[in-house]
Amino acid sequence: MSEAQHSRPAPGTLCLQVRDLTVTLADTGTAIVKGVSFELQAGKVFALVGESGSGKSVTSLAAMRLLPDALRISGGSVEVAGQDLFGLSEARMQEVRGRRVAMIFQNAMSALNPVQTVGRQVAETLLLHTRLRGAALRDRVVTLFHEVGIPDPEQRFDFFPHQLSGGQQQRVMIAMALACEPDVLIADEPTTALDVTIQLQVLNLIRELTRSRQLAVLLITHDMGVVKNTADEVAVMYRGELIERASVDDFFQHPKQAYSQRLIDALPDLTHFREAATEAPLLELQEVKVHFPIRRGLLQRVVDYTRAVDGVSLTIGRGETYALVGESGSGKSTLGRAVLNLEAIAGGQIRFRGDAIEGLGRNAMLPYRKQIQVIFQNPFSSMNPRMTVGDIIAEGMISLGLGLSEEARRARIQALLQRVQLGAEHANRFPHEFSGGQLQRIAIARALAVDPELIICDEPTSALDVSIRAEVLELLAELQREFGVSYLFITHDLSIVPGLAHKVGVMQRGKLVEQGTAEQILTAPAHPYTQELLAAVPRL
Amino acid sequence: MKPVLLWSDALIFLLVISLALFFWRLRRDPQTRERWADVFSSRLGMVAFTVIAAYILVALLDSLHFRRALENPESLATQEVFYDNKVSSVFDVLTGGMGDRFERTYSAPFALLSFEKENIKDASGRDIRDFPPLRHAGQHLAHPDERAADILAKSAKALFWGLLLCALVIAPQWLVLRGSPFPWAASWITQGVILSAGVWMVGISHHYHILGTDQGGADVLYQSLKGIRTGVLLGTLATLVMLPIAVTLGVMAGYFKGWVDDVVQYLYTTLSSIPGILLIAASVLLFQVYIDLNPDFFAVGMEKADAKFIALCFILGVTSWSTLCRLIRAETLKISQLGYVQAAHAFGVSHSRILGRHVLPNVVHIILITFVLDFSALVLAEAVLSYIGVGVDPSMGSWGNMINGARSELSREPTIWWTLTGAFFFMFILVLAANLFSDLVRDAFDPRTSLRRADA
Repeated sequence: MSEAQHSRPAPGTLCLQVRDLTVTLADTGTAIVKGVSFELQAGKVFALVGESGSGKSVTSLAAMRLLPDALRISGGSVEVAGQDLFGLSEARMQEVRGRRVAMIFQNAMSALNPVQTVGRQVAETLLLHTRLRGAALRDRVVTLFHEVGIPDPEQRFDFFPHQLSGGQQQRVMIAMALACEPDVLIADEPTTALDVTIQLQVLNLIRELTRSRQLAVLLITHDMGVVKNTADEVAVMYRGELIERASVDDFFQHPKQAYSQRLIDALPDLTHFREAATEAPLLELQEVKVHFPIRRGLLQRVVDYTRAVDGVSLTIGRGETYALVGESGSGKSTLGRAVLNLEAIAGGQIRFRGDAIEGLGRNAMLPYRKQIQVIFQNPFSSMNPRMTVGDIIAEGMISLGLGLSEEARRARIQALLQRVQLGAEHANRFPHEFSGGQLQRIAIARALAVDPELIICDEPTSALDVSIRAEVLELLAELQREFGVSYLFITHDLSIVPGLAHKVGVMQRGKLVEQGTAEQILTAPAHPYTQELLAAVPRL
Repeated sequence: MKPVLLWSDALIFLLVISLALFFWRLRRDPQTRERWADVFSSRLGMVAFTVIAAYILVALLDSLHFRRALENPESLATQEVFYDNKVSSVFDVLTGGMGDRFERTYSAPFALLSFEKENIKDASGRDIRDFPPLRHAGQHLAHPDERAADILAKSAKALFWGLLLCALVIAPQWLVLRGSPFPWAASWITQGVILSAGVWMVGISHHYHILGTDQGGADVLYQSLKGIRTGVLLGTLATLVMLPIAVTLGVMAGYFKGWVDDVVQYLYTTLSSIPGILLIAASVLLFQVYIDLNPDFFAVGMEKADAKFIALCFILGVTSWSTLCRLIRAETLKISQLGYVQAAHAFGVSHSRILGRHVLPNVVHIILITFVLDFSALVLAEAVLSYIGVGVDPSMGSWGNMINGARSELSREPTIWWTLTGAFFFMFILVLAANLFSDLVRDAFDPRTSLRRADA
């Protein structure tokens, strides 16, 4: 068809070899990647696993000579088909990128040009590297779209990026990467921004392509579930070093390093469930609806409503955890905000300890503010960067008039900080001095400061690394046993549910499609959507 | 001597004190302190700041006004003290009466003779038409040819005194700040250059007009120096009038949204759709009519000029807040969606407290950046307004007025270039320093640039 299509390498051929790669900070000389070596073979997926800051992305960027100015390659070599990439001129390197080695990134939306149709963008790569023109070019793109599983590829050719879903955008990125028939594909967290069900589909696609095209894939991820599903070989990176390398089966059965064991332990255990808690209801929702008006025209008349939450009923008992599971846009966060009375509801009832609290004014709501608290997803934006941790925790105690003296308040802040396993001396520091996990502990301390009976946890662990995630979840469970607090736990991740929740509700497009005890939902899901979600959860 | 407190004097001191207090308070926040340290750890920042500080110092000295007591003539047998109708300032005293040496009309820099011919009598008493000698330039010279040598000699002497003054000023700073991590040496060099230049100007001006004289025979250098106070005061005052309007409306629009947002947006879109100059000109003329109808309010001419000047500052401030207001509204919209504001709502924190503790401190960087950026724009605006005739009172020294006069001067042959040069030079230095400084402040305070630095 074109000269871009050359014969595929035989399975197991060495495609890319990294030897003793060392990357340092240009100004201080601190090593970010310390002597990393590995090989990629045709038809195999090699997974590089590590938490944020472990140097896994830097390794892949260094291999493509795409490092930012502040970083420098200070040693080692990268060979593609016997050719040392570090010895090439920039013009030759340009040829290697795209034709021999292609990359796909985490955020497909930002990697696609929003004002060009996706077909044109893929065609552009082909225009640059092949002699295909006109109808042949279009046919080639449609074939590629078909290969990566984009439905109706003929029509989708003329779509703009925003008209495609997140999963389809990522498929377009993969099509673009494959356009010039590369031997090596570097995928840097390709599914992190996607919902779980779509994540599984994209990973399956990558696996299929690896086999059918005999690609050598370098898969960079922090998610052990992804590794388990997709990879043939695993290497664990920790603080810039490759601490362990093994085939996937060996790795999951006999990890050599304690750190690897910890990563594996973060995988969900779908066999142990929590016993149902008390039946005394604390929060009751009846047919709650939250509608956002859609306005059109010069006078901004309301033409229709977005039904973010459309008739949800659920009950949370005292000391109970209710996990609300759903993908992005399902309305689960909006429901949380409605319970907090931060969002006006369009219909239904919210009862807290039997009192109707929906539609209460700012002042009338005050007594309930003490009892219903919240923890947000992003710990970095949920703290005012200009206030000390002590002031942040004290804020609720002051504004809700807990009637504590200055000293009593300080003592309480220190006690709370120690309770969430931080030091009392941290009260005088500012948020930017803490890591994400520590900040989330501070957010927990802030919520606990006013002695709430219900805490709404809005994806509190999804911005955290896996090993820290487990610690925060463990802390939440401990606090529940200690203070008898209830949680409305909003998450997209079914895998954290078993050790955490008593009850589970699954939300899809504003409606609660299924609810029940954690055991019921996870062992015998009735609704097809729940089954789909569950199928996407990686298992040991 | 009788001190005179003009409205603008009171304001400028109030401003400088409140600004100093504001920055002192900011010092307590370690993050802010770190960012200011960023600004001052570059030599450019130090130099720009020193230049701006020198301008502010001149403006302050020029704002200490008084009226001299007049000596009563012998014939008047009364103990009552009469005061000069002319208002002087401490700065006038320090410049050694540079502004009191008037000529009849134009004269070129360092000239000994006037620029225009007049009917004069020669030694033998005949009427001739020639360039008359200047009254305050080169009177001490025996022969005009000695001029160059005399200027050199006087410059050397001035330089000696200048360096001595530098030593006196810089030595104590050096003793205190020796171990400091900031590049103070850059500041000291700048201070040295400014002080030496100042001493040289004052010294030479006793014998020559360094930048010549203007149409009315006034010393151009003195006029340019007087323009400093007008420029600095106009820049700060107009910005400070604008800030509260922009910040209050912007924060309220972004935080409360709904009809408040609609009203604020309506206000600023309306305002920014009226041509700015037209609006300002109309308001200034309106105030001019008021002054003309109420002459009794003002004791001396200077007070009238001052009132007009303050009105101009207010008008400039009131008409130029829309840009900042938009920026702050957008930032507040963003911040009020962030977790910490949501958490504050969940804690039942009152609106005023959320605005004061969570929103305002996090838009301060925008306010600061706009303040320094707008400052130079307003100094330039004054020149434009004076040029079209609605700026500050002609009796008040201002660069805009000088540039306005240069319109006709530049079209003459030979060209009179020195008034424009004088005004341009002092304005250029101030605006350049302010722009360089504001660039550094923006780099240090803009969260996006700091993110970029962290990324790299």
